[in-house]
Amino acid sequence: MATDNGGDSIRIAVASGKGGTGKTLIATNLAAMTDGSLLVDLDVEEPNCHIFTNATSESEEPAHRPVPKVDDDLCTLCGRCAEVCEFHAIVVLPKRVMVFDELCHGCGACTMLCPDGAIEEKDHLMGAVIRAKGGILNLLYGRLKVGEVSAPSLIRRVKKALPPDTVTIIDCPPGTACTAVESIRGSDICVLVTEPTPFGLHDLKLALNVTRKLNIPTMVFVNKEGLPGPDIRKFCESVDMPIAGTLPLDRRIAEIYSKGGLISSLPEYAGVFSELRDRILKEVSR
Amino acid sequence: MKEIVVISGKGGTGKTTFLGYLATVMKDKVLADCDVDAPNLHLMLKPKIVQSERFIGSKIATIDDTKCSGCGWCIPACRFDAIQSTGNPCLGRIKIDADACEGCSLCARICDNGAIDMKDRYVGDWFVSDTSCGTMVHALLEPGAENSGKLVAIVKQKARMVAMDQGLQLILVDGPPGVGCPVISSLSGASIAVIVTEPTSSGLNDLERVLDLLHGFKVGAAIIVNRCDINVGAADSIERMAMERGVDFLGKIPYDDILAEEMAKGNVVDDRLNCPAIDAMRQCWERLSALLEEL
Repeated sequence: MATDNGGDSIRIAVASGKGGTGKTLIATNLAAMTDGSLLVDLDVEEPNCHIFTNATSESEEPAHRPVPKVDDDLCTLCGRCAEVCEFHAIVVLPKRVMVFDELCHGCGACTMLCPDGAIEEKDHLMGAVIRAKGGILNLLYGRLKVGEVSAPSLIRRVKKALPPDTVTIIDCPPGTACTAVESIRGSDICVLVTEPTPFGLHDLKLALNVTRKLNIPTMVFVNKEGLPGPDIRKFCESVDMPIAGTLPLDRRIAEIYSKGGLISSLPEYAGVFSELRDRILKEVSR
Repeated sequence: MKEIVVISGKGGTGKTTFLGYLATVMKDKVLADCDVDAPNLHLMLKPKIVQSERFIGSKIATIDDTKCSGCGWCIPACRFDAIQSTGNPCLGRIKIDADACEGCSLCARICDNGAIDMKDRYVGDWFVSDTSCGTMVHALLEPGAENSGKLVAIVKQKARMVAMDQGLQLILVDGPPGVGCPVISSLSGASIAVIVTEPTSSGLNDLERVLDLLHGFKVGAAIIVNRCDINVGAADSIERMAMERGVDFLGKIPYDDILAEEMAKGNVVDDRLNCPAIDAMRQCWERLSALLEEL
């Protein structure tokens, strides 16, 4: 188990390269089949897990990131702040300093290095950290304010709120960029959800590069099996990647999902998720 | 010059499928795949790369163990938790987590021993390629790299240059999923955004956020509902929502086994394919084409 998680916590990341392969479907149903688990939605740009929880209430905490605020009385317009800002978020004009909050990464360099102590930090709202309660799933998630670019910061914020001694199932954003990495990092195991299409296979390979780089044990879940595309099982065998589970191409799954329902309540699919849970826990305890 | 950006909010709704169809029916355009961390358009169009360039996106902190005194001053200063103490002097006292480093250079600036250097960071490649549907500009981000927004900006800028060189007036952009940094970057300069969504609770939830984003950036939107028969009620609510929000509605595409099979085989889907989904896409394109005339 990852050393930075502490206690008996287990972190399971559910990710994929390609979007729409069934990450949220797998994460929500796996959480429903895992007693005492916490579902965490880190797809902060487009969070959807809350749709499946039937929660009766949500508690919302605003999430801010620090951005510089220049005190015009103390500022001598020396230009040091603009010089040290690697993100071009500060422009020094002849009579004042302009800060572009949306470009700021909140690194604190300008504040720390201003020779006149003229820069303080103020809070810039980037989104919210939300807990959904009273439903069939215990959920924690982040929701990025629309128009904000600081998704990785918000993901870090939600991760700081993860409780110890809990099995957490993390629904990650699609892709292989910084948001996906930030979501997967620190997990004990990653389940990559894919589909038997050239797109699914291509993006699975990209996602495998990410989990390899992060050195996280990885399993593959094949959704929509039955499509006449590439053989994902054969690929997994060739790279020695275990299959965590499969779901067939079944219109009923899409219909239940479309209404915000869980398929683990269907007798024919409950076993898929209990077996998935057991395989993951066995892999983690190795 | 006009730029059509196809986005979806939610991933996997059929963005690239529709864009692949558009690529075959639209004439005189340049293609740009702005989904730089999981690009897929090339799998359909099988481009022949004619130009390939490395992209240096940012900087990365590197530590010189021979100069580091192990004072640890840089550790709390890093807002990205990218600097850690190794706890083992044999390994060097301090280590930098390359995946977490955002390249702000603060550590290098405050290190009293000059032990931290900022090096150029290669984060991916971009390409100009020939395809049967015209020139395509695309890219591939290194796994887990920052700066996907910057790489998107480069792809778009290059696509505009290619269009000018070839005397073309249209750029067709495959956008990334989500509403974050790379999406915002792909929308810069857009004449219209075509949103491909699906009639699911998730699709609807994500669509609303995308519409809010487009409203904020003052980019006009047009909606397509893919796999509309999975949930007819939800598909109708999306059409109603489009009307209420004053957004153009281009049409509905049914779930179609023939199309799904062609896509699974990685084939280009065009008008030669005789199936209900292609008929629906043709109607969507006709409406879009009329909208473009008005822009």
